[in-house]
Amino acid sequence: MASTTEQAAATTNEAAQSAAPRRSVTLRLWRGDADGGGLVDYEVPALEGEVVLDVVHRIQATSAPDLAVRWNCKAGKCGSCSAEINGKPRLMCMTRMSTLPQDEPITVSPMRTFPVIRDLVTDVSYNFTVAAAIPAFSPGPREADGTYRMAQVDIDRSQEFRKCIECFLCQNVCHVIRDHEDNKQYYAGPRFLARLAELEMHPLDNLDRRRYISEQMGIGLCNITKCCTEVCPESIHITDNAIIPLKERVVDARYDPVAWLGRKLLGRKPPKSATAVAAVAPLWRDRGAEHAGAGSKEA
Amino acid sequence: MTVVEETPGAPNPNGGVAPIPVRIGGVRGGPPLRKILRRDTWWLQPALTALGLLGFIGYSIWAALRNGDFYAGAYGRDYLSPLYSPCLTHSCTTAGYVWGGWSWWRISPAWLILAFPGAFRTTCYYYRKAYYRSFWFSPPACAVPDAGSTAEGNGLRKRYSGETRFPLILQNIHRYTWYFAVIFAGILTWDAIAAFRFPNGIGLGVGTIILVINAVFIWAYTLGCHACRHLCGGGLKQFSKHKSRYWLWKNVLTHLNEHHQLFAWCSLFSIIVSDLYIYLVASGTITDPRIF
Repeated sequence: MASTTEQAAATTNEAAQSAAPRRSVTLRLWRGDADGGGLVDYEVPALEGEVVLDVVHRIQATSAPDLAVRWNCKAGKCGSCSAEINGKPRLMCMTRMSTLPQDEPITVSPMRTFPVIRDLVTDVSYNFTVAAAIPAFSPGPREADGTYRMAQVDIDRSQEFRKCIECFLCQNVCHVIRDHEDNKQYYAGPRFLARLAELEMHPLDNLDRRRYISEQMGIGLCNITKCCTEVCPESIHITDNAIIPLKERVVDARYDPVAWLGRKLLGRKPPKSATAVAAVAPLWRDRGAEHAGAGSKEA
Repeated sequence: MTVVEETPGAPNPNGGVAPIPVRIGGVRGGPPLRKILRRDTWWLQPALTALGLLGFIGYSIWAALRNGDFYAGAYGRDYLSPLYSPCLTHSCTTAGYVWGGWSWWRISPAWLILAFPGAFRTTCYYYRKAYYRSFWFSPPACAVPDAGSTAEGNGLRKRYSGETRFPLILQNIHRYTWYFAVIFAGILTWDAIAAFRFPNGIGLGVGTIILVINAVFIWAYTLGCHACRHLCGGGLKQFSKHKSRYWLWKNVLTHLNEHHQLFAWCSLFSIIVSDLYIYLVASGTITDPRIF
């Protein structure tokens, strides 16, 4: 039984909804599964201030109770409600209805880079398999007092990438895998290139992944058209601050004869090959199989 | 669905240890990938970019073929077109410029100049984005299928290899072209300083202002380069041990880099405006107003 406070809150909410201006909109949702599907129109009222996810929920609550949609926080922080709204990869919970043209149907389709499970829900397990293939953080020995120390200026840079909510919109929009399915085997994608940048820039990390990033994670496949940056709901500068710095680090390791000569003259060790990194770091060889067969977030 | 196993028969084309064992070939949802669902004018930006780049290429070819009216010395102005600087060849002495001396170079000196800054801009990370979108259609806009899309068959290119194969692997020489770009930016700075030189002493003309603005834009573009940002500090793992490089990286280069696209276009236009203005003065079409 609901408490008095909850009842009062519900009454207030209903009153606010009834007071808000209503208008009718048409949402064109993709309905289907791996066996096929198509776009279905739903005419539904929308209130002022609502986001696309609100309207999708209204459809689910009224005319299509079997509609599958993945969501969780409704605050742009869980990264669950990724979809393509009028063809643009976006979070449904962060897209206001008022920003979309109201005089024509609004199309909402699932992310088109990943296999569909049902309706707006996709199987994003590809991303978890790639995540498992990344050589983990490998710090050097601890200091004499048994601790690690690092200066704030040394970690400011990589903290930008920690904002990632793993909505996988950047992976979805990247044409390297969106338009070329076979490249999924050879390419980490923007989200994981940002993760690799975070590790490479970490002041305590001791593993040189530069050749691995080139040979195994396929950074050369990225042609820096910046779509990942355009769609990122956390406004992470994926291309400028992660991918391009990584490309330059790969140039240091693989394509810079001056750096090669410097290493020879100064007797410094060359970057480890992908095979050497794979031999010393925990990779999918050890733990990837379970991810390769793992399911995705619950619908 | 197919699970790609690690097998000797499936080597990683990048040269890595093996393919990542992801599932490929799953059925995708949504309308067919070739159906563009975007309702906005996604084609406008690549179209304008193509127009702008073609306009610059067309103008610079015309300016190079002109092989004359690039130095306004005959009209009492020490203005040299940025497309002809440094002017070292036979036509430079003919035009009255003092540095010219390569008598064996008989074609337009502009070709010599265009080659180096041209390579810098061609391999620039911003221009790569611009022409991959506008000319390669790879992709023309976000969430619009690229010209070689093979996700649902009928792709124009069988396999997309990005910048891993010749000739696009040569994009990795960008930092070397940057070294030359710094030299050229220095030369254009000298030209801007020389533009203050008038027959009866120091002065200021409209052409002087144009050449100074051009030099500023060229430096802003050159120092905002991603390779420069990496070489001057971005490649470091611990900023706290390199305080001056960190200061430079954080307070100068990162700010310039954030506006790299803007300066790329501003410097492109300033080159055209500078050359056109000097051409008009050198050909006697207009007179350069002297401010003091």
